[in-house]
Amino acid sequence: MIAAVQIGRADWYEASARDRIAGLLDAGSFVEFLGPEQRIMSPHLAQFDLTGAFDDGIAVGRGTLDGQAVLVAAQEGRFLGGAFGEVHGAKLLGLLRGARERPPRAVLLLLDTGGVRLQEANAGELAISEVIHAILNLRRSGVPVIALIGGRAGAFGGGGIITACCSRIVVAEHARISVSGPEVIETNKGVEEFDSRDRALVWRVCGARSRYLLGGADGYVTGSIAAMRKAAAAMIADVPSFGMTMLQAEQQRLTDRLHRFGACRDAPEIWRAAGLPEPDRVGDIDDEAFLTMPRIAGADHDAR
Amino acid sequence: MTLDEVLAALFPGGHTVQPGPFGTIDGTARIKGAGEIIVVGIAGGTPLGIGGALLLAGHVLDAVRAGRKEPIIVLVDTSSQAMARREELLGLNEYLAHLAKSLAFAAMEGHRTVSVLYGPAAAGAFIAAALSSQILVALPGAAPSVMDLPSISRVTKLPLDRLASLAQTTPIFAPGVVPLLATGAVTEAWQAGDDFAARLAVLLAGDHAAVDTRDQLGFERHGRLLAGEVARQVAAAAAHD
Repeated sequence: MIAAVQIGRADWYEASARDRIAGLLDAGSFVEFLGPEQRIMSPHLAQFDLTGAFDDGIAVGRGTLDGQAVLVAAQEGRFLGGAFGEVHGAKLLGLLRGARERPPRAVLLLLDTGGVRLQEANAGELAISEVIHAILNLRRSGVPVIALIGGRAGAFGGGGIITACCSRIVVAEHARISVSGPEVIETNKGVEEFDSRDRALVWRVCGARSRYLLGGADGYVTGSIAAMRKAAAAMIADVPSFGMTMLQAEQQRLTDRLHRFGACRDAPEIWRAAGLPEPDRVGDIDDEAFLTMPRIAGADHDAR
Repeated sequence: MTLDEVLAALFPGGHTVQPGPFGTIDGTARIKGAGEIIVVGIAGGTPLGIGGALLLAGHVLDAVRAGRKEPIIVLVDTSSQAMARREELLGLNEYLAHLAKSLAFAAMEGHRTVSVLYGPAAAGAFIAAALSSQILVALPGAAPSVMDLPSISRVTKLPLDRLASLAQTTPIFAPGVVPLLATGAVTEAWQAGDDFAARLAVLLAGDHAAVDTRDQLGFERHGRLLAGEVARQVAAAAAHD
């Protein structure tokens, strides 16, 4: 049990995919499917002179959270940036399809990904589309799908789109969510458009606090695995249902956001326009103070 | 092909498709055997950003709300997602996801959804506009990609000529219709000289599986040999004690 307690206190950002699962679920409850011992590896990496991983960078399986049956997937952001390849993506897809057949209380997605693995770009991109399709079908059938974000690789590219297809999104303090990463924008549009080495700017554009304040994430937690566990359990209890009412509300929510903040170029401009107190201090205050701050009106919503 | 050529070839019975803001198009068309259908899209190689994604999703949701369950055709000639700080600041991931959700929902509600690619579509725009329909058709001029080879070369630090020669032996990473057909992403590729209107009528009249079968398609076409089997094994484990 000492190990479990230590894992619980451990930092989500620093932990491996399996340590995150171990600390997130009830102690000892995780059963992995197609684990590393089965060595289901990418057949595509060798031709690029890359060494594969026995699990292709993702762990999937079942367990319990506060005694409730859940299916869980965790990407390993330290292996090729947690990016989607053929096997990696198929493991996640299989988990979601299995959930459709035998519905758990929820599916938890511990995303930690730069997006598509370019060495397997077509298989990775298609896997992302298949995963989106499977998530939406699962939500339609009434199973909550919760995204938990806060790893090294963030949730970029198709990973950012998958995130926004989930029923609820919880971000930890280091989370970043985006489609085009800062480096990609800088490479394509120039350093004047986005200086990817300006860490504070990157943080303001796609970081956890910005996403949470604006309604791009539903829960914000400090970096511990224990805090993520608590938030995940709370989120499962109340999720938006996938249907016309929700989609119309999302259409309205995103239209309102575009109208209210479409002229803003940086996050503090949004926070100022929204009337948040001390918009220039959001990045400086600690997590406790941050969590007592009001969010932008409408950020707490079921339109997802 | 230009948009006008595509519209004329797909809809010889006439259409009302007009350009809208952010490079979007929308209207209706008449198809022999299928009656009136909805046509939306993004044209002119315009990057798909928050404004365009929102408009397209709105058109799709309007069609679902109307309840006539007519087919929805999405014409796609975009570049990639709009790459800008402002787009990401406002949550482009949510806007692209909203479009993907709207198209998926239309299919769930009984609309046949067909994306028709007649120009480039890369990365997130490819996912949201092209891969979110039940069927993806590539016309002459279609140039689907996740990322172009020079960019892949830059990121993977592999020489371009080596990548180009690898692309001849595997469909797993290279851009273009042929590899994306092999992996199961593109359902059908139509050639110049085909009767597009007739082929569209066949697609709209045919049965389609309610489930996503692109992994099987990729296996049958030898472009994605592992995905279907790995997914099947995990699904079986998840569904049993």
